[in-house]
Amino acid sequence: MLPEIGQFSLILALSLAICQAVIPLVGAHRGNAAMMGVARTAATGQFLFVAVAFGCLTYAFLSDDFSVLYVANHSQLALPTLYKVSAVWGAHEGSLLLWIFLLAAWTLAVATFSSGLPVAFSARVIGVLGLLSIGFLLFAILTSNPFDRLVPAAVDGGDLNPLLQDPGLAIHPPLLYIGYVGFSVAFAFAIAAMISGDLDRTWAKWTRPWTTAAWLFLTLGIALGSWWAYYELGWGGWWFWDAVENASFMPWLIGTALIHSLAVTEKRGLFKSWTLLLAITAFSLSLLGTFLVRSGIIVSVHAFATDPTRGSFILSFLAIVVIGALVLYAWRAPSLDSEAGFGLLSRETFLLLNNVLLVVATALVLIGTLSPLVIEMATGGKISIGPPWFNVAFLVPTIPLVILLGMGMHTAWRTQKADTWWRLLRIPAIVALVLGVLIPLFVYGRVSILLVVGCAAAAWIVISSLIQPLRSLWREKGAAGITRSALGMCVAHFGMGLFVLGVTVVSAFGVESDRALQPGDSIEVAGYEFHMIGLENVQGPNFNAIEAEIEIREGEKFIATIRPQKRQYMVQKSPMTEAGIRAGLDKDLFVSLGDQLGNNTWSVRVQYKPLIRLIWLGAIFMALGGLIAISDRRYRSGKKVRETAPDTASDAAEATA
Amino acid sequence: MNRFAWPLVAVCVLLAFLALGLRHGDPRALPSPFIGKPAPQFELPTLKNPEVNIGSKTLAGDYALVNVWATWCVMCRAEHPFLLELAANKAIPIYGINWRDSRREAIRWLDDLGDPYLASAYDEDGRVGIDWGVYGAPETFLVDPEGTVIYKHLGPLDPTIWQREFVPRMTGGGQ
Repeated sequence: MLPEIGQFSLILALSLAICQAVIPLVGAHRGNAAMMGVARTAATGQFLFVAVAFGCLTYAFLSDDFSVLYVANHSQLALPTLYKVSAVWGAHEGSLLLWIFLLAAWTLAVATFSSGLPVAFSARVIGVLGLLSIGFLLFAILTSNPFDRLVPAAVDGGDLNPLLQDPGLAIHPPLLYIGYVGFSVAFAFAIAAMISGDLDRTWAKWTRPWTTAAWLFLTLGIALGSWWAYYELGWGGWWFWDAVENASFMPWLIGTALIHSLAVTEKRGLFKSWTLLLAITAFSLSLLGTFLVRSGIIVSVHAFATDPTRGSFILSFLAIVVIGALVLYAWRAPSLDSEAGFGLLSRETFLLLNNVLLVVATALVLIGTLSPLVIEMATGGKISIGPPWFNVAFLVPTIPLVILLGMGMHTAWRTQKADTWWRLLRIPAIVALVLGVLIPLFVYGRVSILLVVGCAAAAWIVISSLIQPLRSLWREKGAAGITRSALGMCVAHFGMGLFVLGVTVVSAFGVESDRALQPGDSIEVAGYEFHMIGLENVQGPNFNAIEAEIEIREGEKFIATIRPQKRQYMVQKSPMTEAGIRAGLDKDLFVSLGDQLGNNTWSVRVQYKPLIRLIWLGAIFMALGGLIAISDRRYRSGKKVRETAPDTASDAAEATA
Repeated sequence: MNRFAWPLVAVCVLLAFLALGLRHGDPRALPSPFIGKPAPQFELPTLKNPEVNIGSKTLAGDYALVNVWATWCVMCRAEHPFLLELAANKAIPIYGINWRDSRREAIRWLDDLGDPYLASAYDEDGRVGIDWGVYGAPETFLVDPEGTVIYKHLGPLDPTIWQREFVPRMTGGGQ
């Protein structure tokens, strides 16, 4: 009964989404207040019905209702409760429902917090979001109904993919989706502005917190996915340039560009058409990511069960959304450009470079992701573009990006006097260069050009993002403190610095070694001795495992005992690796079991990963920076906007948050 | 044309390309140069008796599965119960190619776990594996009565894959 209620709710949600889209858009066009007023009510109603549907599916999982096909395929009686919940979004149909639910939730949030916006504008934004909801609801109802029944019902289910049975992966998709779907808000703001033909600096101010919020969730989602891949896939890598990872990374890069471009549009009224284009692109890339994952067009470790009808549906939807938006753009954008100028040495210049470099980086990722497909279509052969290509190509735009970042933060809007700028930055620059040589040389004992560049860039970003917060701490009493926006920017950039340091050090000094081990054997990796004490069989709720006990020593000193496992899940029969990790801020020591080679002998991968935690810690700081920036009081509606003269230092500081 | 229309043009090209890609078929199926061609000729001693040979002629006359397996292969252990089930149901004759393995270990494996194979060829140095284009164990080939390879599956076989990929190809008389 409940699954039918769920399905019926989805249909009702679709009807409400149609109301939410059509009535306010027509109303805004005609200036009819009553019609515009429908927006908020319809959005609330749509959310409620989607929530009911989502609740019904969750309940079907929790109550082991194997008469529902989706549940029968992706759950099992012995599955732990946490994973019964996360199994809701463990495959195509349910994750689509999650997407719809989050879209409805974002819409509700916009409807709730948009009371400070002009009525016609918020009606258009909610209307556009309604159009997107229609597309996704149709997708679910027509091609991917999660409530399809299985007759006769199964006695037990087929179990959740063992790869997904992990706490990290339980929350990775929701975070990622909050980010993906969040960009639909910036998209809707862009479309609404183009429909009305009215785009001013307040528009950018409204759009900024929404964009930053989506971006911060995407940041966390990607970081969590990377962390999961590190400890669960057993290779010890943290980023694979896999097509699906790239699919989430491209919207992140463009979203980052958008955040910076919005700053210019808000502060100076410039880059308007460019900002619009980025807002459209960020969301389009989110949709493209969905298409790539669900159509099976690209081979990937995480591709969903594929189906050509679904692929065609998303592609058509993608085409309608993107072509529609870009036609509107081609028609409206020419009237929006502003003629205000800026000096060569100014924050605008740096933000422009930031945008260009981020777009180049995105283009490189897109090319690398799609080119295997092009080559296959052209020649019929299969190739894969691997990490070596990406690692090199990606450095080309990112090295200048991180170096310019430190300069841009301390540059004023419009024009900056070169001598004061130089006086402020020369000491940090020298310190960063010195650290760039010292860190690799003395801490890790080796030095190369790329290492110096990486470490110096990291030190440079960290130092330059500390200048403002430290100054504000030591300021004279009564002087203006740092704004939340500026602080957020500094924290996010600080995180970027940690990230760069982590990536540089781990890729240069990480050690990896594959050996055959049996109980009693020891190997030495990077000065640590790994001693296999024994192997034993372990029984989990829905798996059997072989667990190795490995003791790590450094010389005579005992460091830790870790227990990597090789699991065999009973229903899906697939073997899974659970790495044993001794985690630390300075280094990780990582052991994973490979294949059984002989009676008691296993191939074992042992790794030494210095500073790898900084990669994820950096991402957490970036997200935290976003959170601080959103909390700036000028974004809160109802309060009077603090006016600042564009040239004051505090104003300059607010910009790139 | 105004410069604001360029993104539109670029996107249309990209979309057209994706639409073509979507029709292009299953990217997961590794191309096997043997599909639709006669199975590679081979002649190997059987696992259980080095005096007796097994070869291409043995396969002829009926649909047959050729399953490449080894005792060192974890996935082979995973698919083994399903092969036993197929053999018990007499769904199809199954021949094994025991690939780059130790004869003693392999015989013990079959004694311990059960033997789904009518016979297993013993490919000690993996040369026949190369002829068959084996990427890694387990791999399963479907050969039709004329001795033509009509399908190849990489990785462990399970009931879903069996029903979806193998059964239709057999009743339909091949591709």
